[in-house]
Amino acid sequence: MKILVCISNVPDTTTKVKFKEGDSLFDDSGVQWIINPWDELALTRAMELKEDAGNSVNEICVIHVGGASADATLRKALAIGADKAVRIDACPADAYHVAGQIAEYLKENPFDIILSGIESSDYNGSSVGAMIAEFMDYPGISSVTSVNLDDDDIQINRAIPGGKQVLKTEAPFVAVVQKGIATEPRIPSMRGIMMARKKPLEVKPAVELEVLTESIKFELPQEKGACKMIDSESAEQLVELLKNEAKVL
Amino acid sequence: MSVIAFAKNWNGKFKNSTFELVSYTKALANQLNTNMVVLSIGEVAEEELKLLGNYGADKVLTVSNPQLNTLTSRAYADIVAKAANSVEAEVIVLSDNNSGKAIAPRVSVKLKAGHVAAVQELPLSLDPFVVKKSVFSGKAFGHIQIKSDKKILTIAKNCFGLVANPCDVAIEEFALDIDTNLFKVKIIQEEEQKDKVILSDADIVVSAGRGMRSPENWTPVEELAEVLGAATACSRPVSDEGWRGHEEHVGQTGKVIAPNLYIAAGISGAIQHVAGISRSKCIVAINTDPEAPIFSVADYGIVGDVMDVLPRLTKALRNSKS
Repeated sequence: MKILVCISNVPDTTTKVKFKEGDSLFDDSGVQWIINPWDELALTRAMELKEDAGNSVNEICVIHVGGASADATLRKALAIGADKAVRIDACPADAYHVAGQIAEYLKENPFDIILSGIESSDYNGSSVGAMIAEFMDYPGISSVTSVNLDDDDIQINRAIPGGKQVLKTEAPFVAVVQKGIATEPRIPSMRGIMMARKKPLEVKPAVELEVLTESIKFELPQEKGACKMIDSESAEQLVELLKNEAKVL
Repeated sequence: MSVIAFAKNWNGKFKNSTFELVSYTKALANQLNTNMVVLSIGEVAEEELKLLGNYGADKVLTVSNPQLNTLTSRAYADIVAKAANSVEAEVIVLSDNNSGKAIAPRVSVKLKAGHVAAVQELPLSLDPFVVKKSVFSGKAFGHIQIKSDKKILTIAKNCFGLVANPCDVAIEEFALDIDTNLFKVKIIQEEEQKDKVILSDADIVVSAGRGMRSPENWTPVEELAEVLGAATACSRPVSDEGWRGHEEHVGQTGKVIAPNLYIAAGISGAIQHVAGISRSKCIVAINTDPEAPIFSVADYGIVGDVMDVLPRLTKALRNSKS
């Protein structure tokens, strides 16, 4: 079995976001770039599946749509343990554009399992995984919290509001994964970092695709007013304020 | 031309978020000077469908096939796209929840309709068509132009509210052949907690962090949640330590929520946590550290030990009720 993990290259989660050029562009000066947290968990789960000898997973490939600045992030994915990385050389315009590029690659290079994080922590489009499934006409499963393999038997847990479902599906399929898919992301080992240098990082040209949406401007949320402090002995006063001032009780 | 909303049901019932979706879509239809059609998939009783009329729906299409009672994103997307075509919808609107996130991207590909998720309000302009969405996990908003003729939006919970607009509802069965090839995912087991308030639906959330010091100390959190009819939640370190389940984690990499009231007990308020709660209408913070960053996003704050303050708050709420 071959697993493809879709990777977004995003600002570190502690980044204070700023914009430039009349608030039309994200200001990336001084920004630390990381593997999108959910994609990193997806890669970790893919590694666990490959390491379990009972499974027949023989290749993990990571794929990214973006410019050369993402190569460091892809090398990190290789250092964590992916066997191969592919970068589609295009400026990622929107989710439709990104998913379309990955689908074109999949048509030439089939995989059994495609894992995609629930959203990227930058533009929060939360669409790429399901769009790939549609472009490929594959089953797609959202809100996935575990993927288990027993030979060709694929069992998936999916979070539903207030509960979970256990599902079975056939390969190929796309799983859109969220927290729980792996406990903790792996940190690359020294050996992993050395080996990553020799692993293949293929750069593929992009295909021509329509761009359906465009970010034109950004704004920061309004600053909150001052926090009203209440004495720790005066719980009654807080209840009163929540009822009559904030009107939320 | 028209706009169409997909009204998801849960075991044959709609939620307030469904009525919010209908309210939003009706206002959008008015803005565009066109009609709204609401689509329902799966078996829903006529009385329940008629509730959609309270929020401005005058035409409901229903696909009341029992095979569709549980969400199959592939089949649902197929139906949404076909219904949108049949009513010549220019804009398709869904709720930004699990099902909306699963269906909308598929419909976007089917119809080549530009898709924007987590939309925060009515379009900022219609020509060009520009909507506002949250980006960088709640740290900012983006204005996104949709360039395609057809457009598909998922709207964020609590972004619009309910707008009463009573209408007589015409309910029509939307007849179509269902492709059985679209059902390759089989549900073999399902568990639902019936006794707890669901976090993503909750109007009030009581959330706790490492300030609770130990997983054995959660009783005051649960008691406060009970008296408020609230859902419980937690910060990332708490779920990472296994003190509480991952489904309770709110923040950038967990759930992003927007309740009316969010009570943060013993949570310092790291930037990633704040990203997940910043759209809450009112935030109460309780922390021993007066310098904790959570106070800079809170509306009301108490400096004190959660183990003392929470029981006092529970008692004050009980007294105010009786």
